[in-house]
Amino acid sequence: MEGKNRLDRNPLGFSIMAYTIVGIMAILGLAPFWLLVSGSLTDNATIMREGFTFWPSMFSLDAYRMVFAVPEVIFRAYFVTIFITIAGTLGTVLLCSITGYSLSRKDFAYRNAFAFFFYFPSLFSGGLIPFFLLMIALGMRNNPLSMILPAMMSFFFIVVLRSFFKQLPDEIGESGKMDGANELVICFKLYMPMAVPAIATIALFAALNYWNSWQPAMLFINDPNWFPLQLVMHRILNAAGDVMRYGQMAGVSTRSIPTQAFQLAMVCVATGPIILLFPFIQKYFIKGLTIGAVKG
Amino acid sequence: MEKPIKFKEKRRSLLQDIKRNYWLYIMLIPAIVFYIVFQYIPTAGVFIAFQEYRIGEGFFFTIFGHEWVGFDNFRIVLSNERIIGLIRMTILYSLGFMVVNLVASVGLALLLSEIGSKWFKKVSHSMIFLPYFVSWVVVSFITFALFSGRHGLLTNMLASFGVDFNFYHTPWIWPFILLFLSAWKSVGFSSIIYLAVITGTDPQMHESARVDGANVWQRIWHISLPMLKPTIILLTIMGLAGIMSTDGGMFFQIVGNNTALHRMADTIDAHIMRTLMVPGSAISFQQTTALGLFQQFVGFALIITVNTIIKFVAPEHAIF
Repeated sequence: MEGKNRLDRNPLGFSIMAYTIVGIMAILGLAPFWLLVSGSLTDNATIMREGFTFWPSMFSLDAYRMVFAVPEVIFRAYFVTIFITIAGTLGTVLLCSITGYSLSRKDFAYRNAFAFFFYFPSLFSGGLIPFFLLMIALGMRNNPLSMILPAMMSFFFIVVLRSFFKQLPDEIGESGKMDGANELVICFKLYMPMAVPAIATIALFAALNYWNSWQPAMLFINDPNWFPLQLVMHRILNAAGDVMRYGQMAGVSTRSIPTQAFQLAMVCVATGPIILLFPFIQKYFIKGLTIGAVKG
Repeated sequence: MEKPIKFKEKRRSLLQDIKRNYWLYIMLIPAIVFYIVFQYIPTAGVFIAFQEYRIGEGFFFTIFGHEWVGFDNFRIVLSNERIIGLIRMTILYSLGFMVVNLVASVGLALLLSEIGSKWFKKVSHSMIFLPYFVSWVVVSFITFALFSGRHGLLTNMLASFGVDFNFYHTPWIWPFILLFLSAWKSVGFSSIIYLAVITGTDPQMHESARVDGANVWQRIWHISLPMLKPTIILLTIMGLAGIMSTDGGMFFQIVGNNTALHRMADTIDAHIMRTLMVPGSAISFQQTTALGLFQQFVGFALIITVNTIIKFVAPEHAIF
């Protein structure tokens, strides 16, 4: 025990209440995921009879066998998702950093006017339909760029980076200028290494965004070769034909497809790795967010 | 807020500034191009809302090439009873989300700040945070496993008590489910900010309150909550601007095409999204755009109004 904490002196009744409520919330956070895992490991006939349960009363790996009977599908989807996540995150970090840096320079007389230029669309925009028509006109149908480009910049990212650059000392840039470096070099060589905590936070948010994105894929991608994980999952649950087709590819006869278990196994395979990564990345989210909030 | 001291040097003209800081401008070019292409050009697309639209022409023709019909599309949309219901539901849902999420995340932050065991705090917060990391697609599998009519865990649990309850035939339960899911997914994240503010409070304030005989409720009420007030107000004002919009993706994934539920669980955003994503739905681009524009306009007007009122009542809380 490190030091006397506040709660140690709170009345017992309050402590019990606090621990119980927070404990219940914690269980509620985790239990649904456990339900998915348990369901995916249950024999399909048992699910049909008894429904999904927190513990498989009849254990079976059939669903996973079917997922990995055609590993191409899930690996291809992983490849697409990883590709758009890496490309999108790199682009986001690069674009938002130079923009945030530029807007943070105090001798840039029109920085606020330009900041407003970037802010205005978050107040007022054309909405989904004009965006959709524009993307089609740009030839984005079945183009993986449709999943990468439009999400690359956000005013929130620019502002976080701008305020981080702002509180770094000006003298660094001045000494760089003295040595004859231009702003681009100063930004990349001198300031960006110092802004790593802020950049890492932005990168995490962007990566999470890209990993979980499904709307552009649903709007613009018809080619199964470019389906990201989220779209594959969505279709497995919502397009009955997809499960059938998967069964055919896996060589499972139509009648013995373990549909319900298979659907859950698919979501476990597609989400499991990110959940396992979660304990290692969540603290960076918290740290980054509180840095931003305090420095704001 | 204090007025900044006026810079004594004469303001440079844009051209002079470009000449002086051309590298800073060069560095802005990619962002400017990006914003023009992906944000400003689509914004020009709002003109579709004032036209008689026909599908099939190029984008620029789409924006400017059709017959102008003034506010006809708005009249059609806003006299449609279903759309009026949609607008009402959108407002109620976003107010509901705001209140529930605020109470849940402030409450969680307060409880966590009073919990002594560091270990318990860390582990439980991680578990509560977890849903934030998955997409609504994954959540749709969870609702399927919980509520599905034949295999759903909760459906079967109710059945074992002799209650025959089909969630997907019972529209009134869905506002509750959606409010819960929204809080479930976001509370771990939004509590972080509040927790940071509370832990940033000078511990001596709590110490001296304790010496004066304040109990835990009094400390929460008189110290922690007042510390949170500015953050709560700021986030609420920003939330009010979004009162006409909800997370369309959430409704799209969780409720989807269950038309039986749309009477109680549908919003403008979800409606617009379905127009585009569900093949075979009756697309009326001009009317949907009009609806979207109306939605944007009300949100925009609201944030200006609220901010102006705040400026008069409590200027320190105004956001611009």
